[in-house]
Amino acid sequence: MSEHLTILPILLPLIGGLLLLLPPLATTLERQRLGALVVAALTLLSAVLLLQQSQTEGIQLYVLGNWQPPYGIVLVADRLSTLLVMLTSLLGLASLLYACAGDDRTGAYFHPLVLLQVMGINGAFLTGDIFNLFVFFEVLLIASYALLIHGGGKQKTQAGFHYVALNLLGSSLFLFALGILYGTLGTLNIADMSTKVAALSEGEKVLAKAGGLLLLAVFGLKAAMLPLHFWLTRTYASASAPVAALFAIMTKVGIYSIYRVHTVIFGANAGDLAFMAQPWIWPLALLTLLAGSIGALASPNLRELTANLVIVSVGTLLISVALMNQQATAAGLYYLVHSTLVCAALFMIADLISHQRGKAGDRFVMSRKVRQPFLLGIMFFVAALTVAGIPPFSGFVGKVMLLQAAQSGTEMFWAWPGILLSSLIAIIALSRGGTTLFWRRSSDKSQSEPASRWHIAAVALLLLGAPLMVVLGGPITDYTAAAAEQLHQVPESLHLLLPGGES
Amino acid sequence: MEAVYAACVGLLTFSGVFLCLRGRTFPVVMGLTLLSYAVNLFLFSSGRLKLEGAAILGTSFSYTDPLPQALVLTAIVIGFAMTAFIVILAMRARADLGNDHVDGRLPPQPEAKPRRKKEHA
Repeated sequence: MSEHLTILPILLPLIGGLLLLLPPLATTLERQRLGALVVAALTLLSAVLLLQQSQTEGIQLYVLGNWQPPYGIVLVADRLSTLLVMLTSLLGLASLLYACAGDDRTGAYFHPLVLLQVMGINGAFLTGDIFNLFVFFEVLLIASYALLIHGGGKQKTQAGFHYVALNLLGSSLFLFALGILYGTLGTLNIADMSTKVAALSEGEKVLAKAGGLLLLAVFGLKAAMLPLHFWLTRTYASASAPVAALFAIMTKVGIYSIYRVHTVIFGANAGDLAFMAQPWIWPLALLTLLAGSIGALASPNLRELTANLVIVSVGTLLISVALMNQQATAAGLYYLVHSTLVCAALFMIADLISHQRGKAGDRFVMSRKVRQPFLLGIMFFVAALTVAGIPPFSGFVGKVMLLQAAQSGTEMFWAWPGILLSSLIAIIALSRGGTTLFWRRSSDKSQSEPASRWHIAAVALLLLGAPLMVVLGGPITDYTAAAAEQLHQVPESLHLLLPGGES
Repeated sequence: MEAVYAACVGLLTFSGVFLCLRGRTFPVVMGLTLLSYAVNLFLFSSGRLKLEGAAILGTSFSYTDPLPQALVLTAIVIGFAMTAFIVILAMRARADLGNDHVDGRLPPQPEAKPRRKKEHA
């Protein structure tokens, strides 16, 4: 069993999602919910076990169909991918918990779609083959298309068309890039590619560079990097709350892919092509931060504000990519986990607030009081402190680590003001929004339902990460440091990733 | 052969990008389809163009790289599914929003000025 553990985070949601479509489970909503929650919990369990295994036994290589690495498709469970698989599984569980309170009634097949989306994201994190990465991207995308317009409505259809068209274009570019890289390198295995980049001839180098930068554009589209971020706000703001929460990991899939491609393949060992994306990522990261901050200040409601904070977190993560050193990657991974959890929680809190404020929804206007000001206030306050990076919560730790990772004077000159100013703007936007939402009220009557237990459980599950990541800060930072080391020291693990020898 | 092949890929990509930039959903869908054709041809050529090469061992004296063929097959299947989805989505957008503009609403028409030719956008 334990040697098949690597593939379980992909297989479990796939089989579970398919079973949910069949009669014994598909007949009633209660069975769907129970089945989906059980499968999501099992996926989380397998992810935790896998994380433990990769921690104690080193990198786990799963050779599909026993075709040996440079030729066959492999799954690679190293520290980085298992951490993100666990995060995804947790997020999937929280999203399902939240949806059990009623969001899953608005249309059919909500639960199978969430499970299939989790399968796609887990697959993208675990694969060690870049074409397989494309396939899993498509799996997670087609599930996300259906989830985005789940429930229907004008706004969702309109945002959906933009999202689908843009991502189809992105997929075409992805394939062009893969064609170029396969044509020059002759392999699609990520570890094998990293050994071949340095040995390219002069003419092939130009082609490989074009391919690598095309990949940067594709992953930048997924991650909402500056010129390609316009789709994000409307898409996330129009999706239903559990879906938006699940989408909080989607931009991180793009960031993860940039880490994989541009530190492993085009990293320190790539000869002339080493760190070729760095001059592009630096300005784009800072401009993404700027665009996200301006968007945050201009947001008319909490949902759009959260979507813009997602863009800010992407900009911060891009800075950690641009720094391209081990310490920055470690800090970036910590920040990635924290920002995914808190942004997902904020989307759910925005939904809870808009349910309890009647017609005004979550817009920043004067309106009736929320039904549970104390509960929602505490939740919002904790989430806001965390996302803005104020102690004592995890955002503070993540940002401090990132600031420390900037070593030379030039790096400090660019990275520090970007990160610090964006935090300040987040504080301004959130305090402005929070005071309007909770304190500017017209009458004290509120007829809405209080938040259900499912809602509170889901938000609590995500928000608990904020204090826990500080309390357990030592082990977690050790873990992310080790993950970053594994990512940057590829040659040391090559004998594990390519057991057939370098061909 | 290479020049014709490259010209085909280039022309398809050009037309695809051009159509993707149009304002109505139908040309955009057509553009995405043309782009996926272009990318399929391009992927196929990444294993080098070769005449009369077999992909299966023991059937010929000259062989071609079988991997791009497998990649293209995967890409075609995925492309079909995605195209079907966006066609349905475009039809639904037409029904929900009442027009077929990608933004869901028609841009304001510039008023026809007197003594000037009416321009069609």
